[in-house]
Amino acid sequence: MHDKTIAQISAGLAAGEFSSEELTRALLERVEQFNPQLNAFITITAESALAQARAADRRRQQGEAVPLTGIPIAHKDIFCTDGVRTSCGSRMLDRFIAPYNATVVEKLNAAGTVMLGKTNMDEFAMGSSNETSFYGPVRNPWDLNAVPGGSSGGSAAAVAARLTPGATGTDTGGSIRQPAALCGITGLKPTYGRVSRWGMIAYASSLDQGGPMARTAEDCALLLGAMAGFDPRDSTCVDRAVPDYVAALNQPLAGLKIGLPKEYFGEGLDGQVAQAVEAAIAEYRKLGAEPVEISLPNSQLAIPAYYVVAPAECSSNLARFDGVRYGHRCENPKDLLDLYTRSRGEGFGAEVTRRILVGTFALSAGYYDAYYLKAQQIRRLISDDFRRAFEQVDVIMGPTSPTAAFNLGEKADDPITMYLSDIYTIAVNLAGLPGLSLPVGFAGQRPAGLQLIGNYFAEDRLLSVAHRYQQVTDWHERAPVGF
Amino acid sequence: MTPLGTAEVAKIAHLARLAIREEEAPAYASNLSAILELVEQMNAVDTTGVTPMAHPLDMAQRLRPDEISETNHRECFQAIAPRTEAGLYLVPKVIE
Repeated sequence: MHDKTIAQISAGLAAGEFSSEELTRALLERVEQFNPQLNAFITITAESALAQARAADRRRQQGEAVPLTGIPIAHKDIFCTDGVRTSCGSRMLDRFIAPYNATVVEKLNAAGTVMLGKTNMDEFAMGSSNETSFYGPVRNPWDLNAVPGGSSGGSAAAVAARLTPGATGTDTGGSIRQPAALCGITGLKPTYGRVSRWGMIAYASSLDQGGPMARTAEDCALLLGAMAGFDPRDSTCVDRAVPDYVAALNQPLAGLKIGLPKEYFGEGLDGQVAQAVEAAIAEYRKLGAEPVEISLPNSQLAIPAYYVVAPAECSSNLARFDGVRYGHRCENPKDLLDLYTRSRGEGFGAEVTRRILVGTFALSAGYYDAYYLKAQQIRRLISDDFRRAFEQVDVIMGPTSPTAAFNLGEKADDPITMYLSDIYTIAVNLAGLPGLSLPVGFAGQRPAGLQLIGNYFAEDRLLSVAHRYQQVTDWHERAPVGF
Repeated sequence: MTPLGTAEVAKIAHLARLAIREEEAPAYASNLSAILELVEQMNAVDTTGVTPMAHPLDMAQRLRPDEISETNHRECFQAIAPRTEAGLYLVPKVIE
């Protein structure tokens, strides 16, 4: 039962082959069994999951089920969940019980999904390996010595290990796509503004976007359909109709123009990852698509610009954690300044501290033009590169990450090397475009991901392009040994 | 620019109201200098006349009427506060 996709579970529930309660029990047992080795979940909500499952079964009996009714999922621990600890992977929020649901959680609850628990993540979503979590690193089910990627590493590992058929993630610089690639699953970062950010703990507000993670593009389409949509409580959420992503899955590939940015296939790309990506592109050519080389000339500026924009926004967003209203407070503060500085110093880990400091410096008096303004100008250049590319092509393809999963500890002490693992994903966030990663092979024993980048609001196109590939290949069906 | 020293790190940390342990300051100084060096690769490109991009879709901030839309949740919010008394958040004495 645990090996089924969301679409298969939905069909099984509709046909009465099993109940949501039976399925939820089976998955909770797997979580119980495998979480000690994977550390993919921070909080397991077994009791409320079973209550939600029973409610979903009753709803089905009453003939009111929709496709996601009774489907067990997990939420990244960045989404506020009413009455359930929402830690964001940080000591700062270790005892924070959210007083309300994020819009994404509310919408998925309304569809009747069942929450198995909250997944581990890099602290405040800052990291590419899940090693910055206060709750310890997540391990990659394909190789327990490897990282799962980050920051949505717990969600990716849980889906890959068949502990849950789907999960939510968030992506500020690659945090859905890179762990999806490293764990061999499918993950979509939607267009900025497609999914509400309300109740999703903010890191870099002009880049953050929530999205689905699952084994197939079809499952991501099912989840995104429920997650997306206008929310008056998020001022940057776009008021635009949500298409039927599932209905759009079978768009033909014939004549599809695929842009291959030459900057994404150069130095630094692992040979085996390159081979897997090239084989996938050859498969698309067989299916009738037309790959052409393109150029995104400002690609190399994406990481430098990101490490100004994101830290600057992070230093501002994380100023709210002051030890006064909620979150960690130090013992016996001697005055207000001591309360602020020690609560924050004790509450935040090293990577979060680094980014707050970089952001504070970049926004401090006299440096604004040289850093933040300059980065916003670079952001325009990067966005213009994509705009020109989409005048020639329908989708852009390349590797999601330059390497397969790296070893735990391999890059943990070197922030700059770690940052480079998002070299192909970050520009997409700066431009606000949708991006998807799907599994297309292996580098040794570890999965390799193909990234698809689409024009604004072309999620339907990306999902269908990925789905057509998954109809004729079986990389997405491969399961890690032992799970 | 020249690499940041521990004194500069201490100053930035103060601006961020973030205590860092003295023995960690050299590592932060070295990390921050490396990050700023990476960031300064931006200077390779002349951006004179380029309009800064603040929002990916170049949308204006949506406004709403200034009306009361939220109900009072004080008890619920204060239940998760570190210290409260009589409906107030407690902090160390600010005024002597």
